[in-house]
Amino acid sequence: MSEVTVRKQRPKHLAINQIRLPLPGIVSILHRVSGAGLFLLLPFLLYLLDRSLGSPETFETFAAVVDNWFIKLVLFGLLWAYLHHFCAGIRFLMLDMHKGVDLEPARKSSKIVLVVSITLTLIIGVVLW
Amino acid sequence: MVKQRIVVGAHYGLKDWIAQRATAVYMAAYTIIFALCAFSLRELNYQEWSSLFSHGLFRFLSFLFFLSLFYHAWIGIRDIWMDYIKPTGVRLALHLVTLFLLVGYAGWAAQILWRL
Repeated sequence: MSEVTVRKQRPKHLAINQIRLPLPGIVSILHRVSGAGLFLLLPFLLYLLDRSLGSPETFETFAAVVDNWFIKLVLFGLLWAYLHHFCAGIRFLMLDMHKGVDLEPARKSSKIVLVVSITLTLIIGVVLW
Repeated sequence: MVKQRIVVGAHYGLKDWIAQRATAVYMAAYTIIFALCAFSLRELNYQEWSSLFSHGLFRFLSFLFFLSLFYHAWIGIRDIWMDYIKPTGVRLALHLVTLFLLVGYAGWAAQILWRL
């Protein structure tokens, strides 16, 4: 019996360019993308922490590396990734506790996540730049 | 609504689900503490920066942050492989690479923090 249910053909609509992802869906996929990005650049971030804490000399290396405009841009992106992951994560924890699971609050909170994470990125990014 | 559910099975999924959330809560708390400490530094130089991390409690909390991060990342990245990589061999290989990397990073983080 289980084989029948497994093999049942269901209609699929996966035309990615035609699907309009709702806001909570965008927050969700960005949560995954930001997490993957942070994971991929973990060795770089550990390297920076290592240089910054090694000695006054290695700190100079660290300062020189992060002074590069391209590196700054990458770190700016990672800052956004961290803050988005942070804000969206808090939203998901709330959803886990059945807070804001209805359609309207869920849309509103996903909007808040996007706005707050971008605003914080701009503020902290400008302060550190 | 079912009030009392008898939980059966091996709990592989549940354990990771809880661990991912527990580590997330700890990392969120640490992020706030770190931000407060970092922004209260008089200026960003080696002296100030390294003295922050050589403080015993902060070092301990930071190491705990890294362990949480690596465990959290393991669950998250494993989920990504599970969703998109179908061939078992390739998936297993990616799981192992991820695991080895994260264990290595944990050693690296310990070395960074305790060398001070």
